[in-house]
Amino acid sequence: MTMSSLHPSLLFFIGAILLWILPLMGRRALILLVPATAFFIITQLEPGTYFGYQLFGFDLNLLRVDKLSKVFGYVFTLNAFACFLFAQHLKDRYEHTASLAYIGAALGAVFAADLISLYLFWEVMAITSTFLVLARKTERAYGAAFRYVMIHIFGGLCLLAGILLQVNATGSVAFDGFTLQGWPTYLILIGFLVNAAAPPVNAWLSDAYPEATVTGGVIMTAYTTKTAVYTLIRGFAGWEVLMFVGCAMAIYGIIWAILENDMRRILAYSIINQVGFMICGIGIGTAMALNGAVSHAFAHIIYKALLWMSAGAVLYLTGKSKCTDLGGLYKTMPLTMIFGTIGALAISSFPFLSGYTTKPMIIYAGVNEGLFWVWLILEIASAGVFLHAGIKFPYFVFFAKDNGLRPGEPPKHMLLAMAFLSFVCIFLGVYPQPLYDILPFGAVDYHAYTFEHTINQFQLLMFSALAFFMLLPLLKRTETISIDTDWFYRKGGRLFVLGCDKLFNGLNDFGDKVFVQKLPALLGRFFSDPARNVQMQGAQLLSEAAGDDDQLEQRRRKIEHRTRNLAYPIGGSVFLAVTFVAILSLLFFI
Amino acid sequence: MDPENKKPEVWDWFDHPQNIKRLKIGFYIVLALLVVPDFFMHKHTLFSPVEAWPGFFAAFGFISCVVIILVSKLIGFALKVREDYYDDE
Repeated sequence: MTMSSLHPSLLFFIGAILLWILPLMGRRALILLVPATAFFIITQLEPGTYFGYQLFGFDLNLLRVDKLSKVFGYVFTLNAFACFLFAQHLKDRYEHTASLAYIGAALGAVFAADLISLYLFWEVMAITSTFLVLARKTERAYGAAFRYVMIHIFGGLCLLAGILLQVNATGSVAFDGFTLQGWPTYLILIGFLVNAAAPPVNAWLSDAYPEATVTGGVIMTAYTTKTAVYTLIRGFAGWEVLMFVGCAMAIYGIIWAILENDMRRILAYSIINQVGFMICGIGIGTAMALNGAVSHAFAHIIYKALLWMSAGAVLYLTGKSKCTDLGGLYKTMPLTMIFGTIGALAISSFPFLSGYTTKPMIIYAGVNEGLFWVWLILEIASAGVFLHAGIKFPYFVFFAKDNGLRPGEPPKHMLLAMAFLSFVCIFLGVYPQPLYDILPFGAVDYHAYTFEHTINQFQLLMFSALAFFMLLPLLKRTETISIDTDWFYRKGGRLFVLGCDKLFNGLNDFGDKVFVQKLPALLGRFFSDPARNVQMQGAQLLSEAAGDDDQLEQRRRKIEHRTRNLAYPIGGSVFLAVTFVAILSLLFFI
Repeated sequence: MDPENKKPEVWDWFDHPQNIKRLKIGFYIVLALLVVPDFFMHKHTLFSPVEAWPGFFAAFGFISCVVIILVSKLIGFALKVREDYYDDE
């Protein structure tokens, strides 16, 4: 059996099943062995498409190997290994099963050669990841998981509709760069952007990830958004709209992260910010920008997992995640603090760490295209990253006000996982060449470490730090949450229901009152003696028109008398009958 | 996991005012040193000659962050709500 006939996802799915028959030690070994083996298999894969099958009359392939899918395969499995090392303490089969299946599906989506296979893995990802939120077993987590899966079902349906229209329009299920501009591709794009957490469908990320379990949060940060980045690179490279989406995300993530109090929510918002850089790069669409986006996704997965691990270790030991409850933890968790700070500096693209050798590539690709606004916004966002993730996260968690928590260091396997990822961050920062070599869009013509560029970056970051410490009173944490676009379905949805309740039930009540109660009663009274009632009304009108009430009583008495005794003059009846026949025939003949 | 039983070592270097003072002085020296090379080297510009001014990126970083903080503060007035805002779900 050659390696190219082994699908990396398959290992994860088999692992997810094996978990249920293995004892604890076996499970611990298994969850490390699966990503390690998958990594090795990916190194051995030869370019081409494999695992062909037929569905709906289309020839489909589950495994497309090229440089782009391989890079994502490498980082997904590498990160999975670190995540499962971090999760060694967990005895729960249920959570590991969800994690393995989720990562397997993410790999499946990356290696899928056509839109239908992609869609299948896409949905499996949405469902399995929901269990990582549910596993927290709190009321909040249940609510967040429900909203999470609903949004992803919405995104999945957009994707499905887009794929069906696309197949209908072009007759092909191929997943390559889209050229057609129209509803099919717009819907696919929306489906991808939902998973990339682009505003206004971004709130699921900052809503659900912080409610996930300690290890679930670490695992989720890497896969959903980065699979979306992969699909955008594959399908929508050079689509200008992504430049604007990316810039908006980069700024959006910063502002909401600054307002936030929950440490894991701060990190969740910084995912939106970082994915913004990548999406902007995809929008620029040149080889350098795309290489920048890919390499930044690679570096981002590593340092973001590291950040979530350090936050996860704090949550695991203290049970707290709000900045207002934390602080002063450096005293008993110095190693966690150091690892967390390495992640925080890497995300800020501090020289000699991984963010510095990848992110500026995107910015310089924009500069090469003469895109002044992109450059300006991304540089501002770069300064802002240091503010919200680079300093704010470690400062409020590990320093700031001491809240008297003395938890000690987390278990050794957690420290080991963090040390491993810290090493990768430093390695890629100091020696990025191995990463540059596997980038899919041509040789990398970018030199991060010119003296000028490095000094510029140091200036940018250190003076951002100065601004942070000078304006610290403005950044004081408050016990608040911030309204995000999830307001529309959390509160807005309820307002909508309330509005509908008031409007339609009000209409119903009104209709009931008028048509069921009042009108039949009125008509009943009228038809109990129509001739008398018509004459009474006529008499009333006549006397009002004439302006004298004297004869009214007399007339009424007359009418009363006539109707009671049925004493109508015959002439009157005949006249009325003739008049009615005349009206009817007139109506008929006209 | 049983962190309660073993007393973790407490390291409190950052709680001593004289250490914070040292850090601050060190920080200011680093800031000053970072701007010094700008006066002696030729800087490339991307869009405007302003970028070649000494300390351009220092000022850029500082001003960006001040603006970001002030803007988020303003937005915060409108968007910050109590933690139990959604709790009646």
